[in-house]
Amino acid sequence: MSMEVVKPGLLTTVQDLGRKGYAKYGIPKTGAMDGYAHRLANWLVGNHACEAALEITWSGFSVRFNRDMLVAITGANLAPVCGRIAVPMWRPVWFRAGSELSFKRPVSGCRAYLAAAGGLDVPQVMGSRSTYLRAKVGGLHGRSLQAGDMIPVKLTRHADKPLFVGAANSASEVFCAPAWSAAPRDGYGGTDMVVRVTRGREYGDFREEAIQRLIAESYRVQPDSDRMGYRLSGPPLLLETQREYISEGVADGTVQVPADGQPIILMADRQTLGGYPKIAQVISVDLPLVAQLPPGGSIRFREVSIAEAERLYCEAARELRLLRRMINYKLKED
Amino acid sequence: MKGDKDTGMHKLNMTAIGESALLVEFGNHIGEQVHEWVQAAAARLETDPFPGYLECVPSFTTLTVYYDLLQVKNAEGNGTAFDYVSSLIGKRFESIVADGTRPREVVEIPVCYGGEYGPDLAYVAEVNGLDEKEVIHIHTSRELLVYALGFAPGFPYLGGLPDGISAPRRATPRLCIPAGSVGIAGSQTGIYPLETPGGWQIIGRTPLALFQPEQDPPVLLKSGQYIRFKVIDPSEYERLAGGSR
Repeated sequence: MSMEVVKPGLLTTVQDLGRKGYAKYGIPKTGAMDGYAHRLANWLVGNHACEAALEITWSGFSVRFNRDMLVAITGANLAPVCGRIAVPMWRPVWFRAGSELSFKRPVSGCRAYLAAAGGLDVPQVMGSRSTYLRAKVGGLHGRSLQAGDMIPVKLTRHADKPLFVGAANSASEVFCAPAWSAAPRDGYGGTDMVVRVTRGREYGDFREEAIQRLIAESYRVQPDSDRMGYRLSGPPLLLETQREYISEGVADGTVQVPADGQPIILMADRQTLGGYPKIAQVISVDLPLVAQLPPGGSIRFREVSIAEAERLYCEAARELRLLRRMINYKLKED
Repeated sequence: MKGDKDTGMHKLNMTAIGESALLVEFGNHIGEQVHEWVQAAAARLETDPFPGYLECVPSFTTLTVYYDLLQVKNAEGNGTAFDYVSSLIGKRFESIVADGTRPREVVEIPVCYGGEYGPDLAYVAEVNGLDEKEVIHIHTSRELLVYALGFAPGFPYLGGLPDGISAPRRATPRLCIPAGSVGIAGSQTGIYPLETPGGWQIIGRTPLALFQPEQDPPVLLKSGQYIRFKVIDPSEYERLAGGSR
């Protein structure tokens, strides 16, 4: 066993990139809410993107490393400290056995990711290590972490990288990190976060006034938002004619609107089918920004075309590939 | 943003769901014939996927297709990937057939109606001008086709509910509905496999487990099966619930 949970914090779960191929049975994809930060955390410790990592929500989480370990923290800045020293984010960090890492308070965003070299060693359920809380499956015993939980980490050859071995042998500090870091994604959780959307399937069924409101007004994140959906409140988005819709497939980022006119953005633990009219669809590259919005945060929507959404997706993928190459180069150099 | 493909049988409407999925519409009303087409189309994609195809989700009148945009982009020329995928799918669906001759498989679902198990039974009776017994009688009177599984693991979307007991969804979804709850939304009825939020009107509860992750497949029901609800009393419910858990 390699990591011991000292304090569970508000909500900490094991997540990978989610379940694929089970949607026809109604099994949600789940997986990391901020897939960008999750990928980077894994890459920074030399893992494949698909390894499981911890998703740490809000504050209060604390973990003890029971052996020397290479770790990376990305995503929200939840003020990670070791002893009284701030732990740098978006880079590999070498922790000595026995050291304790704590997350103090949200500075920006609300979900941090902690990856360990090798990946978290929990069993796969339906092809994934992701925790699906509502069905109590995956992750560590299908639940969020509790104090005293032991989280196994796979052994890996990355643990003998020259820089870290040297540092671990000589340094008196409990942890050490290189001077470089991957560019953090800025602007997590600010007010009036701009989120780009394409038109939803029932866009044309909404009143002209609703379409104008969707773009012009700001919508506030409600406290009952969770991994399944972000519930927003603001000027109601009403249909031209109220009617029932036939349930059909939805996607991550689908913005559906119940009869009360308050939109819900479907997130990682979303249902596979939905029966509420869909006014918009958050583009994939902006979903991590939604995932980092805390309750009380606010969103403004901006419409883009499908062609533009496709272009942004491919551009982001190119940037990620480049980033990964640079990280791999740096890891080898060190 | 819409591409129409004519299959010869009917016009297929395709809609983009963001940049990584699209929805194919086979009709605009719930019916077993339209659903046959949905099932046939899903089977076609499963046996003859296009490059970048990830998975598809059948529902009453639609098939939602998920794809890896980067793999599609490697193969397509001009225009959007959505248009390109639409054309690939349209070609595959030209040759599908739905002859409606498959045998009927019926699964019996025991349900304890009303009271604490079905808090909205009285509401459903009231909006339809019936008493609770009449609602139960109608709800158990027919074999219902499992059109789709979705919303939650193993949740069956059923069709064929008689109009006489339809009821609108709640304006604001409930935050927590117990596992096994049987609900009505519009002219649909279904069973919640897990404790979950939801907007359906709850009329009863079954003790059966619809989702068991350690099994393969992990769900009790399959789309294409028929189910029939059967009345049980609270003591029978407790006996069955105790026996299966």
